[in-house]
Formats: sequence, C-alpha cells, structure tokens
Amino acid sequence: MELEIESRDIETQPFMLNIGPSHPSTHGVFRMRTTLDGEVITELEPVFGYLHRGIEKLAEGRTYAQIIPFTDRLDYLASMTANHGYVMAVEKLAGIEVPERGEYLRVIMDEFMRISNHLMAVGFLTNELGAMMTPLLYMYREREKILDLFDMVCGQRLTYNYMRIGGVSHDIPPEFLPAAKKFIQEMPSFIEEYDELLMENEILLARTKGVGILPKDMAINAGVSGPMARASAVDWDLRRDDPYSIYDRFDFDVVTGTAGDIYDRYRVRIGEMWQSLRILDQAIEQLPEGTVCTKVPPLLRPPKGDAYAHIEAPKGELGYYLVSDGSIAPYRFRVRPPAQINLGVLRDMALGWKVGDLIVIFGSVDICMGEVDR
Amino acid sequence: MEQWKYFLDLLAQVHETFVLTLQGAGLPSSLIVFLDSLIGILLILAFVFPIVIIFIWLERRFIAWMQLRPGPNRCGPAGLLQPIADAIKTLFKELVMPEKGDKLVHWVAPMLVFFAALMMFAVIPIGRERYGALVDLNIGVLYIVAVGSIGVIGIFSAGWGSSNKYSLLGAMRAIAQLVSYEVPMVLAVIGVVLVAGSLSMVDIVDQQEFTPFILVQPLGCFIYFIGAIAELNRSPMDQIEAESELTTGYFTEYSGMKFATFFLGEYVSTLAVAVITVTLFLGGWRPWPLPDSIDWLVPTWIVFPAKVFLVFTFILWMRATLVRVRIDQIMAFSWKFLLPVALINIFVMALEVLAWQTWFAGWARFPWFFVFVNIPLAVVIVMVWSRLFFKLGGGRVGVRALWPRDSQGVARDPKASVPA
Amino acid sequence: MRVTLRHLFRPNITTQYPEKRLQPSRRIRGQQFVWRADLCTGCGTCAKSCPHGVIHVETSPGEENRYVVDKIVIDTGRCMYCGLCVEACPYNALYMGQSYEQARYSRRLLWADRETLMSPDASASAYGHAELEAGIPRQTLLVYGEFSQELVKEHD
Repeated sequence: MELEIESRDIETQPFMLNIGPSHPSTHGVFRMRTTLDGEVITELEPVFGYLHRGIEKLAEGRTYAQIIPFTDRLDYLASMTANHGYVMAVEKLAGIEVPERGEYLRVIMDEFMRISNHLMAVGFLTNELGAMMTPLLYMYREREKILDLFDMVCGQRLTYNYMRIGGVSHDIPPEFLPAAKKFIQEMPSFIEEYDELLMENEILLARTKGVGILPKDMAINAGVSGPMARASAVDWDLRRDDPYSIYDRFDFDVVTGTAGDIYDRYRVRIGEMWQSLRILDQAIEQLPEGTVCTKVPPLLRPPKGDAYAHIEAPKGELGYYLVSDGSIAPYRFRVRPPAQINLGVLRDMALGWKVGDLIVIFGSVDICMGEVDR
Repeated sequence: MEQWKYFLDLLAQVHETFVLTLQGAGLPSSLIVFLDSLIGILLILAFVFPIVIIFIWLERRFIAWMQLRPGPNRCGPAGLLQPIADAIKTLFKELVMPEKGDKLVHWVAPMLVFFAALMMFAVIPIGRERYGALVDLNIGVLYIVAVGSIGVIGIFSAGWGSSNKYSLLGAMRAIAQLVSYEVPMVLAVIGVVLVAGSLSMVDIVDQQEFTPFILVQPLGCFIYFIGAIAELNRSPMDQIEAESELTTGYFTEYSGMKFATFFLGEYVSTLAVAVITVTLFLGGWRPWPLPDSIDWLVPTWIVFPAKVFLVFTFILWMRATLVRVRIDQIMAFSWKFLLPVALINIFVMALEVLAWQTWFAGWARFPWFFVFVNIPLAVVIVMVWSRLFFKLGGGRVGVRALWPRDSQGVARDPKASVPA
Repeated sequence: MRVTLRHLFRPNITTQYPEKRLQPSRRIRGQQFVWRADLCTGCGTCAKSCPHGVIHVETSPGEENRYVVDKIVIDTGRCMYCGLCVEACPYNALYMGQSYEQARYSRRLLWADRETLMSPDASASAYGHAELEAGIPRQTLLVYGEFSQELVKEHD
C-alpha cells in the first residue's frame, strides 16, 4: 500500500542519521547513512570497509594450501562452503581429481553448514523483529548440535580449515554418523515446532509480509543470488543449474518464493533447511569407502592460467577467481562475495520504509561482514 | 491465623493511641493528618518495594527458563540478591547532567514517573476490613485513571530535559503511544463500573464474590490488559524502549540513581497494572472459586499476591514470546481496533445492565448469567472486527512525495544532477 | 506462545561454566602445543607451512650430522590455530593441545618457548595424529542430550 502525501502544510526537515558502525543490530561493523524524514527513510547510503583485512592481498604471498585458513575467515559463519569453493577453484586450475569419499564428505559438511547458517539467519531475523532472544536461543541450541559434529571432525567450531586441495583433511570418526543420523531424525520436528512459534504470529506476519520487496527484475539486474534471489522468484540454484562436485546425484527441490519480501525470504530459508536434510539423508546413505584426499605436493605449482569456481554458499553464489603464474602462490586471488553484492540492493529495498523496518530488511539480507569487506 | 489478627489489632490500637496522643498534645489537625498519611506512605512502600525486588528477580529468571537457561544464579542463593547488586552498581555511577538541558525538568522527570505509579496503591484493597484499602475513596477508579496519566508528563520531561534531539523524538513517540492507549483502557474500565454500579475499588471487589469480572467481561479485560501493556512500554509494544535502532529513547541521558528511579518506576507501574487488573477483573482478594469462608486456610493476604504474581507471569510470558510491533502499527491498533471494540463493549454492557435491572432484578444480586452471553460475544466481536475492518498491516510511504518541492510545487529528486 | 510455555518445563541446556565443563573434541585444535624434542630434527617445515610465520626455529649443527634445536618459539598470540604446522611435520613431532583457557595478562606471556612446549601438563589432542584418538574420552554431544551434568575435567 503506497501512500502519497498530497498537501504538505507542515514544514518538516529531513535529518541525517548515522546508523553507525558499532550498533547492536547490524551484523558486524556496517554503517548506513540514512536521511530520515520523521520516521521514513528517504535516502540510504551504505558504507562498509570497516572490517577490511586485506585477505586478497595477503593471499598473494601465501602458498595455495596456506590460503585455506584465510578463506575460513571470509564468511566466518559458513566456513565449510567458503573452503569448498576455494579448493574447487584450485583443483580446476591444477586439474586435480578428488576421491569419491572426499566428495561425499564435502557435500555432507556443506549441507550441515547450510542448515547451521540458515538457523542463525532466521534466529537473528526474529531477534531484530523484537522477540527477546527467545527464538534465537532455540535456533542456537540446534546449531550447537551441528557445531558439535564439526568439532568432532576437524577440531574447531567456527573456522574449520577442513577442506584440502584434493579432498578433505580428516576422515570422519566412527561416532560421527550415529550422531549425524540422530540429528537429522530430530530436526524436522524442531523445524515444525518453531515454524509454529513464528508463523502463526499475527504481529510477525504484519511486520514481514509486503515489507522490503525486491522485484524480480531488480534482483536479476543487480546480480543478487542465493535465498534472496530465490525469494524474488528467480529460479536459480547452482546446485541444480550448474552442478559442481556430485550434486547431480542427489534429488532435491529448489525452494522459491513469490513476492520477494521478508516473509518469503524467511520461508525460502526454512524450505532450504528441509531440502538440506533430504540431501544429507541421501549423502549419508550413499557414502562410499575409500581415501579422503588425493596426494598433492605441499608446494603446489599449478600451470599458468586462471580459473573461476563458484558454489552455492548459504548466502548466495560464492565465487573464487584464481590467476596463477606457475609459482607456489597465486598471482591474483579474488572472491566474489555474495553478501556484498546482495547489499547493493539495500537502498532500493529500504526506501520509504521506517527505521524499524530498515533493521529487519537488513537482517533478512543475511550478510556477514567478513565477506563484505574481506 | 488468630495470632495474626491479634497482632494486627495490636498495631491498630497503637496507631489509634498515637493519633489520640498527638491530638491531645494540641497539634494542629492538619499536621496530624500529615503524619498519619506518612505512616500510610510507609506502609505502601513496605508493600511495594519487596514485591518490586522480587519482580525484577522473577523477570530475569522466568524469561531465562523459557529460553532454556538458568538466568542469574550467582549473587546470593538462586540469584535473589541480583537486584540488590544491580541497585548498588547503579548507585556508584556518576550522575550525568547534560549542560544545555533544563536542570529542573531533568531532575523531576524520574520522580514523576515513580510517584505516579506509587500513588495508585492508595486505593487498592488487599483484604477485607483491616487489610482493606488505605483510603476507601468512593471515586477510586477515577483516581486511578487520573494518577496513571501523570506518568506521561514524566516521560515527556525526560525527553525534553536531555538536550538531545533523539531523546526528544523518542519521548514524542512515547507520548503518542501512551496517550493513545489510555483511551481504550479507560473505556474498558467503564464497562466494569457499569456492572458494579460504583466507582469505588472496595465495592468492585465486594461484588466479585462468585464471578470475577473477567468472566463477565472478557472483552473488557482483554482491552484493558493490552492497553496496560502498551502503557508500560513492555513488549510487544516496546518500540520506544528497546530501541536498538534509535539510541535508547527518552532516557538516554540518564545514569546512576536517576536511571534506577526510572527503572524502578517502570516496575512499580507494572506492579500497579497487575494489581489493578487483579482488583478489577480477577476478584481482588477473594479466593474465587472457593467460597469466602476458606479464609482460615488460605488467608486473603496470600491470595492477593498470588494473583498478582500470576498476572505478572503472564506479562513476562508475553514479553519472552512476542515480537515487537512497529510504531505506526501500534497507533493503528489502538485507534482502529481497540477503541471501537471498547465502545462496542460499553454499549453491550449498558444494554445488559439495563436488561438486568428492568427484567431480571429479582433473580440474583449479581448478573452472573451474563457470563454465558458475554464470552461468545467477545470472541465473535474480536474475530469479526479483525477480519472485516482492521488488519495489522503497514504502509510504505512513497518517497517521491517527500522530495522537496520548488516554487512551482514540482518535486525534484535531491540527488538528481540534471534539474527537472 | 504455547511453545515458550513448553520450554519453561524443559531442563536448561547451559553449563555452569567454571564448576562444570564439557569435554571438548578429541581433535580439538587447542592452545597448548606439545613438542616432542626427541622426534624433532629441526627441519623447520612447520615454520615454513605456517601462514603467518609464528613459529621460530633456530638450530645449530650438532653431532652425527643432526641439528640441535637451540630455540623454538611459537607465538600463540598471533597463531590462528589452523593446524597446518601439525599436518606438515614429517616426523610427527608437533601436536596441538587440548586446552582452551590459556588467557594471559600480557602478549609477551603468550610466546610459548621450549619449556612451555615441553611442559608435562599440556595434553596433546588427536588432530593430525590418529593414534591418540583412542586415549582421549569422547566429547559431550548435545544431540545425545548431554549438557548440564558433565564430565568434570580432572586437571584444573
């Protein structure tokens, strides 16, 4: 519902408000220079770069194997997929094959990572809507179970450094599969319970339906990818449309929304969690025996050339572009960060809404500043 | 229980002797009244403060249990000294005073909020006879409504006294919300007054011997409760308070004891709201549904706090669960939903009271049979109104309308480089 | 709202931290490195494989054509605990630790020198060393509902 204000007999003056870098509701250090007229946003300018650490430049002085921990720290909330994308780019450049078991383990970890990331995205969305941390803590409880699984495999809970060029670093211990199966079995009832908590709620529906709409053509023109694009009815998922790794062996649906508002993004993320559970079921069932990593020389010298590999990270299309000049370190390491590109449409989505809505719209984009700023 | 009655009789004796002595000593009667009311104030404080401390503790623990975590449990046994620790911490903080702010207004604001809430307790009956209300005003309900509105001035003073434009904006929004929720609240209470036939709180509780008013007027209770939650600035309508988006709202510039006064004032208001809900709608000190003679087993001064805690637990439950409502939705909800429904409620109750007095006057002292009419009617009204006339949606304002207009009245995009 | 009410009656899933601790993973990349002086030959592969260069090794020629390691220092303040050094060591002489509570008062104290690296109260984790896995107890897993009543660790 668009309101057009016809006569303006009250003189108002717009003022500029800095929703500043350190703010409890922005996911990381992100600044928005907003011009407000009363409550309504008339102009928005995002300013980022507060978390820039020079990862791309640092990578030029490190060997290919040493860059893997750096990719962890790009999108630190979804490290597994970040690692995966990078090692796929190196393998493409150097022509290395990955053993079957390694591929399956990669897919299993990716899908667990997707569930964990979406749990957190949904949790923080409700936190910004105002429910006092309660749904957030429930989502975190499930996420803890996933992080325990990751801890079991690679020893860390956040920055995994698990994928290696040619496979994965460690094989799964024997107690991984029973725990994973128990989790997959319990998760559907959890999702249903919290869907009931959140979606039967009239206030939540009123605050998210129709708010922050991203039209389909704008999404395609701006290069938005991932759940944001799918919520705007762009039917594109790299796992199905440009299958990498062994995703062509799995049977899953791509969840799309219709209207492109916050509610649709929420539903797309919940739907993707269901689909990830399906993929996990199939992957665990089909997991073959074998080695998990091909032997690759520690100082790998790929042939001269370049390669671009992209994967469907939980936030969007995460791409890595590597240029090699034949030495042990890349000549250029470039990350296509989905969060940064998704942020480009923030202004168009947020104009005309109120400050409270801006925070929720921003939360629904689901960014991680480590990726935006690198 | 006999010992308690004896003890209270003794206290009453002491009090009377004290007053007589003072009178005998020739003090002017106004001074005697003043001293007498000081005792009354002390009694109110003695009732309010422990319960407020328990409220603060209960809030954090209860919400934490709902979030599957223990809550503060280190200070003192089970964390009971946590509010004391918080109070001591606030006492040590520096009292920041903005230089350009209006000093008197800045100081007075927290006191207004606190005392407005505290004054409401004067007319609440806690039990029968001796435990009854401190002052049995026969316009009790009017008094409560009037006093409850004083808190709004306190909030505005807070926003004005800090020379901070964001505080002022927050205060303006707060006033808009508070004032617009008082109207349906008062109208809901009028329904109760119609049935009870009196404005005095003691009388209202007396009437609820067999049926509390929540059953007779579910719609009225619903409107009052939601209005009260919005008055308290508690979730789900805490847009102005939990402003993680726009600084802290009207009490940004407060620190130290002034902030603690605001904070306590908010809890005292919560207690006041819970107490009024219990008195008006839940039966006050009457142990409904048990008959009054159960007094020897469950004394009335246990029943009353138990009900108050129940209401408070419900408020906390709502806080832990519901998401925040946006400011324009809050206003729309009040004016377009609560107000018409409250008016319909009054209309229906007036018809019922008229019907009772005209046709059924001989049946019962209290029209408890209206319960069966009112509950389904309330459900129907709420559902019909929300489906047909009011949807809690929001609007997007066309940005084009807000661009500055030049002398011809043509709106121009301020960022456009080429003049239109 | 029923959901939150149901949660009121479920047990808490948090752990009272200093009194009770959860057993971390067998492969935890923890903070106290363990260095086996008898296996180390001073080749410096660990130092070369570190992305940040936090390992410093100084050697001098010793008898029988072997190196004597004069100084080995790991700056655990700048270390990012990626574990590449442990994987790179050809003689399996470096292990990651199991501790996660190594906060110190100054940065200088975080430099782990020879004595700290060989200290007996650091327990080695099984990251990169599969032979140690059997000796370490299983981590507490929330999926199995293990939370507040825990395996209290023996040391510390």
